[in-house]
Amino acid sequence: MARITAGVGCSHVPAIGVAMDQGLTRQPYWAPCFAGFQESRKWMKRANPDVIFLVYNDHCTAFDATCIPTFALGCAPEFQPADEGWGPRPVPVVKNHQRLASHIAQSLILDEFDITILNEMEVDHGLTVPLSVMFGEHGPDDEWPALVVPLAINVVQFPPPTGNRCFHLGRAIRRAIDTYPEDLDVVIFGTGGMSHQLQYKRAGLINQKFDRDFLDRLTTDPIGLSQMPHIDYLREAGSEGVEMVMWHVMRGALDREVTEVHRHYHVPASNTAVGHIILENTSIQGQAI
Amino acid sequence: MSVKKDYDDIPGTFIFDADRSREGYQLNQFCISMRWQKNRDEFNADEEAYLDRYPMTQEQRHAVLNRDWNGMLALGGNIYYTSKLAANDGINFQQLAGIMTGMGNEAYREMMLNGGRSPEGNRYQYEWDQHGEE
Ligand SMILES: [Fe+2]
Repeated sequence: MARITAGVGCSHVPAIGVAMDQGLTRQPYWAPCFAGFQESRKWMKRANPDVIFLVYNDHCTAFDATCIPTFALGCAPEFQPADEGWGPRPVPVVKNHQRLASHIAQSLILDEFDITILNEMEVDHGLTVPLSVMFGEHGPDDEWPALVVPLAINVVQFPPPTGNRCFHLGRAIRRAIDTYPEDLDVVIFGTGGMSHQLQYKRAGLINQKFDRDFLDRLTTDPIGLSQMPHIDYLREAGSEGVEMVMWHVMRGALDREVTEVHRHYHVPASNTAVGHIILENTSIQGQAI
Repeated sequence: MSVKKDYDDIPGTFIFDADRSREGYQLNQFCISMRWQKNRDEFNADEEAYLDRYPMTQEQRHAVLNRDWNGMLALGGNIYYTSKLAANDGINFQQLAGIMTGMGNEAYREMMLNGGRSPEGNRYQYEWDQHGEE
């Protein structure tokens, strides 16, 4: 059977992708940001997932304002890196596990999560930057080492889904994956954040205490953490910090008991605090949270 | 009658909700069209003619033509849309923040290197009013 082995939380700052694509990662500005992902790349090799279930948001790239789905599951065979205004990132095409994606779509809807199904989609930095930081440099002619099932969540037009709803969706995704008959190791990514505000006069807001508490509570109090109201993210972590609701999907898909095996936190990457955590399920047949 | 919103008192911030999205629809649809090179070329060749395709308000149109980045946000634009126009102009997210905050690129970059803008004194509009900020 398929099973979720671990969860990864990870920021998806566009400038991180630019730094990797332009070979700037050893520059003094970027070196400390990337240093914290060295351990993660070794961990990815050991974990060697067959599939990554990748929770992210589109940043007005694939979705314009005509249609704004709250939860949208990528069911296409593959996803091309999108041109976000400065040309597409020179990274591999993202390949789906289409049969697993179809199973998850069906399972989620019967589990009362009325998701949107996407049979064509381009993917922006929200999806490709986490793959890049976790797998390292891969050119457009390479292949990503794992298949990817993308779940795009609206966090651009307020309100995004609540943390509670995201957490429960994570649980439902786990139920879907647990019932898929193929023997697959799946790692789930929750991406976005951490504190940042990109717009208007309060741009540049960073709240390190908020971010560190958030990382701590993923293991010590994940259910309590998922109850945080949107106003707290907006006020404390910046208008774009509300992206962090996507991490609750990841946490909800894991076991009750998880082990934090790696953490990285760095300020700044462009306008943003970079946060990263790896949480492993502790036993083969662990109890769902 | 407008509904009272609990995020209205966050200073220096526009929350892009359904009301703003409705107001900014044509502006944002124009901005996202800058995602394609063909459209960028057409816009850069004749901005006025290109903007005729998007029936936005005169105020929105002027904000675009004048690259009034804060004005676009005030008129229903969202940063992820306006950043597509900025990218066309060769302006990245951090440079755009330098403009929108009025700090300029160097001072803004320096603030970020020093840990960013603290939440202290930046949570509520009254905190800014006390210090004479807008
Ligand atoms: Fe994002």
